[in-house]
Amino acid sequence: MAHDILENSGFAADRKLNIVGTNPIKHDGWDKVTGAAKFSSDVILPGMLVGKILRSPHAHAVIKSIDTSAAEKLAGVKAVVTGADFPRIKEGTPYGDMTRMVMAQEKVYHEGHPVAAVAATSESIAKKALKLIKVEYDVLPHVIDPVAAMQPDAPILHSYMRTKGAKPGDPKVSADRPSNVVERYELGVGDVEAGFAEADVIIERTFDTKPMHQGYIEPQSCIASCSEEGEIELWCCTQAPFVYRDRLSEILKVDGSKIKVQQSELGGGFGGKTAFYAEPVAIQLARKTRRPVKITFTRSEVFRGTGPVSGTQSRIKIGCKKDGTITAADAELIFQTGPYSGSAFTNAPQAMFTRYDLKNVRTVSYEVVSNRPKVASFRAPCVPQVVFGVEGIISELANKIGMDQIDFRMKNAMANGARTIYAETFGKIGFIETLEAAKACAHYRSPVPKGQGRGISTGFWFNRGGETSSTLNVAPDGSVTITIGTADVAGSRISISMMVAEELGIPVDKVRAVLADTHQLGFNRVTAGSRTTFSQGVVLVDCARKVIKEMAERAARIWKVPEEGVEFANGEFRPAGANVGEFKPLTIADIAKQTTSTEGAIAARSDMNVTGAGPGFGCHIVDVAVDEETGAVEIKRYTVVEDAGKAIHPLQVEGQFQGGAVQGIGWALNEEYIFGEDGKMQNPGFLDYRMPVASDVPNIDTIIVEVPNPRHPFGLRGVGEVPVVPTMAAIANAIGDCIGLRPQSLPMSPPRMLQWIKERDAARG
Amino acid sequence: MTDLRYEAPESLSAAVSLLAGASGLSRVLAGGTDVIVQMEMDLIEPELIVDIKKIPEVRGIFAENGGFRIGAATTGMQICDHKAFAAAWPGVIEGVKLIGSVQVKGRASMGGNLCNASPGADSVPPMITAGAIARVIGPNGVREVPVEQIPTGPGKTSLGKGEFIASFFFPARPKGSGDAYQRFTPRTEMDIAVTGVAVNLTLDAKGLCTGARVAIGAVAPTALLVQPAADALIGTSVDEAAIEKMVAATRAACRPIDDKRGTKAFRTEVTGVLAKRVVAAALERARANG
Amino acid sequence: MKKHHITLTVNGDDYDALVEPQQSLLDVLRDTLMLTGTKEGCATGDCGACSVTVDGVLQCACLMLGVEANGVLVETIEGMAKGADLHPLQKAFLVHNGLQCGICTPGVLVAAKALLERNPDPTEIEVRYWLAGNLCRCTGYDKLIQSVLVAAKEMRGA
Repeated sequence: MAHDILENSGFAADRKLNIVGTNPIKHDGWDKVTGAAKFSSDVILPGMLVGKILRSPHAHAVIKSIDTSAAEKLAGVKAVVTGADFPRIKEGTPYGDMTRMVMAQEKVYHEGHPVAAVAATSESIAKKALKLIKVEYDVLPHVIDPVAAMQPDAPILHSYMRTKGAKPGDPKVSADRPSNVVERYELGVGDVEAGFAEADVIIERTFDTKPMHQGYIEPQSCIASCSEEGEIELWCCTQAPFVYRDRLSEILKVDGSKIKVQQSELGGGFGGKTAFYAEPVAIQLARKTRRPVKITFTRSEVFRGTGPVSGTQSRIKIGCKKDGTITAADAELIFQTGPYSGSAFTNAPQAMFTRYDLKNVRTVSYEVVSNRPKVASFRAPCVPQVVFGVEGIISELANKIGMDQIDFRMKNAMANGARTIYAETFGKIGFIETLEAAKACAHYRSPVPKGQGRGISTGFWFNRGGETSSTLNVAPDGSVTITIGTADVAGSRISISMMVAEELGIPVDKVRAVLADTHQLGFNRVTAGSRTTFSQGVVLVDCARKVIKEMAERAARIWKVPEEGVEFANGEFRPAGANVGEFKPLTIADIAKQTTSTEGAIAARSDMNVTGAGPGFGCHIVDVAVDEETGAVEIKRYTVVEDAGKAIHPLQVEGQFQGGAVQGIGWALNEEYIFGEDGKMQNPGFLDYRMPVASDVPNIDTIIVEVPNPRHPFGLRGVGEVPVVPTMAAIANAIGDCIGLRPQSLPMSPPRMLQWIKERDAARG
Repeated sequence: MTDLRYEAPESLSAAVSLLAGASGLSRVLAGGTDVIVQMEMDLIEPELIVDIKKIPEVRGIFAENGGFRIGAATTGMQICDHKAFAAAWPGVIEGVKLIGSVQVKGRASMGGNLCNASPGADSVPPMITAGAIARVIGPNGVREVPVEQIPTGPGKTSLGKGEFIASFFFPARPKGSGDAYQRFTPRTEMDIAVTGVAVNLTLDAKGLCTGARVAIGAVAPTALLVQPAADALIGTSVDEAAIEKMVAATRAACRPIDDKRGTKAFRTEVTGVLAKRVVAAALERARANG
Repeated sequence: MKKHHITLTVNGDDYDALVEPQQSLLDVLRDTLMLTGTKEGCATGDCGACSVTVDGVLQCACLMLGVEANGVLVETIEGMAKGADLHPLQKAFLVHNGLQCGICTPGVLVAAKALLERNPDPTEIEVRYWLAGNLCRCTGYDKLIQSVLVAAKEMRGA
């Protein structure tokens, strides 16, 4: 591909927009409000069998033997698979790890780790069959907490593991002995010692957070079938159909062209459905049985067997001058990843301070394996946990020097053209505008109600572009179908359709989006990084322009005038000037109807590795009340201020802000994985994994700031991830403002809050 | 593994025969909001489910002897919607309301909530303070049992083989009575109580407390009637001093555990906090009914 | 395993089904009757995604055994619209963006409809507490609740 971004984005601040910026009803909305929308578990294929997975009851053990004979003999059981049914790939390689995470081979690494699976004619028979499988384990000592896993006497998960990036003199890591530390990553600029020497105030704190789960309401489900020729068809809820296809190809040793992955409607992902779990198992069962096999997880399996979010330990130190200028920042961060690498932990040091223009930064980060399920992404992977600490210190510094919370952040704010510590230079960004909007908003200007406290926090996310491939087809009646390969997780297809409709000058109702399967398009990167609406917008605007050019050429041929004699505006092709001739304007429908049968279909494709995504910034303001007798925290008022560049569909953008804020409220106040001494998760259900319910939260006010990203045709910036980043810090800062105690540990649940309140009282004497 | 058998008898005696004659694990099914969940989570594998909902005696709310008789399988929503019962026993309603969501209350029953014997069951403390009596039906006939004697430990009851509860009797309310129940949960809804306190008081015309019952939930293997806490109120005008004594006695009765829902220290501390709030609420209601 | 023959009416249509005793009404609706509009989020009554009404009472389909459903009238999301005419709640959710991924939406709509039939003029707090049994992870509840209030107003006024 010759380009990775539109040469001329076409962005114009004064462009008159008819569709972008309005709120048409989502095209997938009707099916979703009537129950007709097909999620993965709604798919039914003839002859399908029920698949069920047997999971390890131990957190760490060697598998000595598996005897499946009794299960295989049970009437109604059509196949049983174990790790032996998967191609052998060397341990310690990415695909070797991936295969072993899908189904254990030599060892089990967490409670819930799959060890076998059956396909049977009914769920009750499948469950009976699992009970007949005999697995002999050699139980090993386990370790869950990452700090414990770094100790010299900790049980080692992988004898082959040596720390990448190990530094001599750092006792936490090892380049030559087995270690649980996957990688040590250093990132920094300038001279922190000199920076701290300049500071008038230095604050250093330690923070910790627990693992939590993305909490999507739809459990994973997939249905796989295999033809006699060996062609595999897979329906699944995935944020990454092409990534799944390619990984399946690698670990099952089947050509990618023989694997069709069809994304179904997705019932929430938030990063948790970017890696597969049951899919390879369903495929192997389907191949063995020659019948479709459906595997749907129970909620307990979702918690014990899919990827939770990294828990963290951080030590953060920031220094500033009396006038508020931050002179240095230093951090040591520890992230857990489960049994294998995959936490995307380098996001944290890169993003944690990025919005402040810092000259002296040092960060050292560690990714550590331990015996709990392998992490998967959440929104802004690894960043909110660390910003929880950063923004706490920022607020504390502001208080210490007597500066307004927003003014302090403004003093250090990155502006257009700023250079990050990971060596990227920003173009146009909107952090300052976001802060200004926050400072001017009604919430910030209102006095803090008596008995409550107020907290501020800010956040950043890179926003991504990436490999994107789409097609656009114009039907003979002039209606348009766009084929999208980047999974739609929250309804992005309406925004994408709106951009196409705007570009083509046709009503949005004339554009329909199809969620492609992997046979239909080139590679599309995972839906992550807040890239979907941005990247798909770029690619489909490119397609729209291509078909406009094609249709202009056809109009020229119809009118028998040179190509330059045709111009396109307001959805019509017309003569470029009076001298070209007098011709009635032709609509897209006119041209399609007149020329499809003679000149062929009007269609375009675009395949790019899109760049030019604009970073996003947000500022959250929250008021809380604390019941000091019970430790209960109540969110009284919440405002999200965030730069969306250009809100294509404002209600959708607001929805992203609000959804992220409430996920952050849950993460802040109650959500955590609770492990017992035996390494088993004690709360694998919605009863004791406490996500916010409707009565727990107030309305979330939103302010959309629009500082356009000129590299996108409409100025758009991704908005999916920034809304979670500031949340826990904002709430903790509000608690600090309310009761003089700013927690350093998540979750800030009532028993812990009450304990801290008592400690505060004891310290006050 | 024996397959599950489902029966829906239409009389008390038929139900008793089934339960008494069961050889393996059996369960009574009313609303199923505990039994079905436990089956789904593979915590129990009953061989026999006896659905009692077709038996007339276990459904409905009726006036009886100045009080109320409530069928053990009557749903939470039906109880909450019964105006007369709600007016007489707002504390019991507070407990029933907190059993679960509207959906859960559409099925959940007092009988199930009591006999599932979770230490944190929300309707139990206020049923205890109400002095509710369970009518137990079994192979040896009928016996009337104060509800606090039914749960004996987490998941365990004093019911014998073949026995189940058909209904509950709530006695007549003397003038000047009021009850209340509050619990602590991390979220506003959908949680199991970390601690719960119920208080039922009666005041005479002069405002003196002539009767009191105090019960706590989720802080011991079963819900507990706390006599010393009641004694701290009886004979007093329920002033600050009496309340302080009552709170201390309530805290002293706690025998909680550390678990995923709370620590011992937290539960004990908050039980006292709730006791103070609940007695105030019951007092206000008692004074309004004087 | 001995199966039970049940007959039930779902959204006005009569059905026969053979069910295993441990199967829930949710299993019967989705797997036997292939009415997949009602969703499974947890199967333990903690999320409300499987909300239906049975003989007019709002409940989780996962908390009822199929065998109990002999002779009952069930209303699911599939019965909410009348042909092509969406219920005001469904319309409100579309117009006001009360849904994102849509997995909780059927349960929320059924639960909200039950609320408005019982109380046509609820306060926002009442709506939030009534819907406390319906988990949503995408919307943060704000537009979901506002959609219900808009529909309620329309239904009162229209």
